[in-house]
Amino acid sequence: MSGTIRLDSITPAEIAAARARLPRLFAATWHAQALRFALLAGAVLYLGYLHWLFEFDRIFSGFDRLWLILRVMFDWSHFAEWDHAEILRSMAETVTMAFLGTALSGLVALPLGFLGARNVIPSRVFRFCTRRVFDVCRGLDQLIWALVFVRAMGLGPIAGVLAIFVSDTGVLAKVYSEAIENAEQGQIDGIRATGASRLMTLRLGVLPQVMPVMLSQALYQLESNSREATILGLVGAGGIGLRLSERIQINAWDQVAYIILLILVTVAVIDTVSRHIRARLISG
Amino acid sequence: MNDVTPSPTAWERDPSYRLFLTRYTELRWRKRMETVLTATVLALLVLISVVFTEFYPNRLLTGAPRVGEYFGKLFSVVPQTGAEPVPVLAWGHLFGGVKEPQSVAYWFYRIGTYATLLWQTVQMAIIATAMGFTAAFALSFPAARNLVATRWLVFVTRRVLEIARSIPQVVLAFILVWPFGIGPLAGILAIGIHSTGALGKLFSEVNENADLRALDGIRATGGNWLTQIRYGIVPQVLPNFLSYGLLRFEINVRSSTIIGFVGAGGIGSEFKRVIGFNIYEEVSAIAILILLIVMVIDLASERVRARLIGKLAGEPAR
Repeated sequence: MSGTIRLDSITPAEIAAARARLPRLFAATWHAQALRFALLAGAVLYLGYLHWLFEFDRIFSGFDRLWLILRVMFDWSHFAEWDHAEILRSMAETVTMAFLGTALSGLVALPLGFLGARNVIPSRVFRFCTRRVFDVCRGLDQLIWALVFVRAMGLGPIAGVLAIFVSDTGVLAKVYSEAIENAEQGQIDGIRATGASRLMTLRLGVLPQVMPVMLSQALYQLESNSREATILGLVGAGGIGLRLSERIQINAWDQVAYIILLILVTVAVIDTVSRHIRARLISG
Repeated sequence: MNDVTPSPTAWERDPSYRLFLTRYTELRWRKRMETVLTATVLALLVLISVVFTEFYPNRLLTGAPRVGEYFGKLFSVVPQTGAEPVPVLAWGHLFGGVKEPQSVAYWFYRIGTYATLLWQTVQMAIIATAMGFTAAFALSFPAARNLVATRWLVFVTRRVLEIARSIPQVVLAFILVWPFGIGPLAGILAIGIHSTGALGKLFSEVNENADLRALDGIRATGGNWLTQIRYGIVPQVLPNFLSYGLLRFEINVRSSTIIGFVGAGGIGSEFKRVIGFNIYEEVSAIAILILLIVMVIDLASERVRARLIGKLAGEPAR
């Protein structure tokens, strides 16, 4: 039967079987077409709704103002009159904020990571609770933490350091406990077999295995935090963001462009340095 | 024991042991010096950072009680007017009526406003992701080295994507508020531009790893560049694109909750207002809502992504 083509006597059952086997060779059935049409109509309606919700018409009236801003941004004829000392000081403040926040959170996350690891604390309830605490620290954005700490500590970089510290502790504690859970059991058993105490088992059996991972994760966080730290100043938590927001508010667009460029360069430098150190850490 | 182990003098006379000993002490010393050096450098950096950020203990101590104060005020009652508030945390308070200042109902009494704002926030994330996805889709093909022969086109497209993703979103939103006015539009554009940069990079990497045999097949039938891409590349990269797009959507939901801090729409502006005015109940209510919505969206998107990948794995290899 197979191999011969009988154009005259194909039964509907055969067609249906062929359609079931290779559906995409056939034209879409009418209800598939209707469904496709309904989806398309729904998408168009939805876009219309969003257009109404967000007043997208304003895009067109905004473009000439955007053009004006862009033109001012690249006119640096007053470069010598800008307050360079203040800008550079704030940039240094931002970098140190990111560094201090990450360093502190790395220190605190180390014991927390052990507390959250399954192979260190077998209790499910305890682990559930610690993990949820990490989730809350991580789940609220750094900018929200910055707002909270600005209220408590007042304006200035100290609030920024604390914001980075809290949210980063959440991230690092989670990653650390996962690294600890993935540590090889053989080495841990080996240390335990020598009669080492629980603490010594962790110190000699687990820590050497996970230390490079932890350090490289902390460095990775340092990169990400130095990006984030640049915007914390927008809510008053110190650093270059504060200068940026001042410049935006007085429409000093040329300085805004300069500060953004400065941020991009600084972040790129930190990324490069950190990537080199991480590569060295991983290779041993 | 003494009869089993050789006498110390015998060990010391052994030249290979002496060599081992010198190498061992040398290595150990070097390692120790390395540790000391690293620790010193780190300590110095920390010290500099402490000075620069004024991270002094006395300032921390004066500020720290005010962080605890938040929870104290959240769970406290004033027994008489003018008296000091007494901290109370009891189920009776927590599940009391709308009039009870410590109850959940009191916290959430403006749930209608929050719901509208959260809805707006999620819609912002959706449209911004869609915009970013579309733009990144279009730009990812000229940014792929294996699909375009013109070197300068690849270079320019890549730099454009790089700039789009490296300017902080919040800064971008703050700037865009000036031309486009206060409101969600500036936020959408800022998130959309950032998504374009981030997705464009990932998409172009997917394109560069695509199998070019399908493209060659289309070329052999006489298809032009557009048809080669449409029928040779898009079908194999689209599932990956969608998966990255969903991941980006999760990130964008988070971003759109805070982009309002600079006046760019969504729940962020309301959140900033209640934090500024120290309205304790509303701060916790909005924080809980933000956490909830982020978690729900993450879970939903994770499901969809798992199905997407499952579908990929289920499909026979061609």
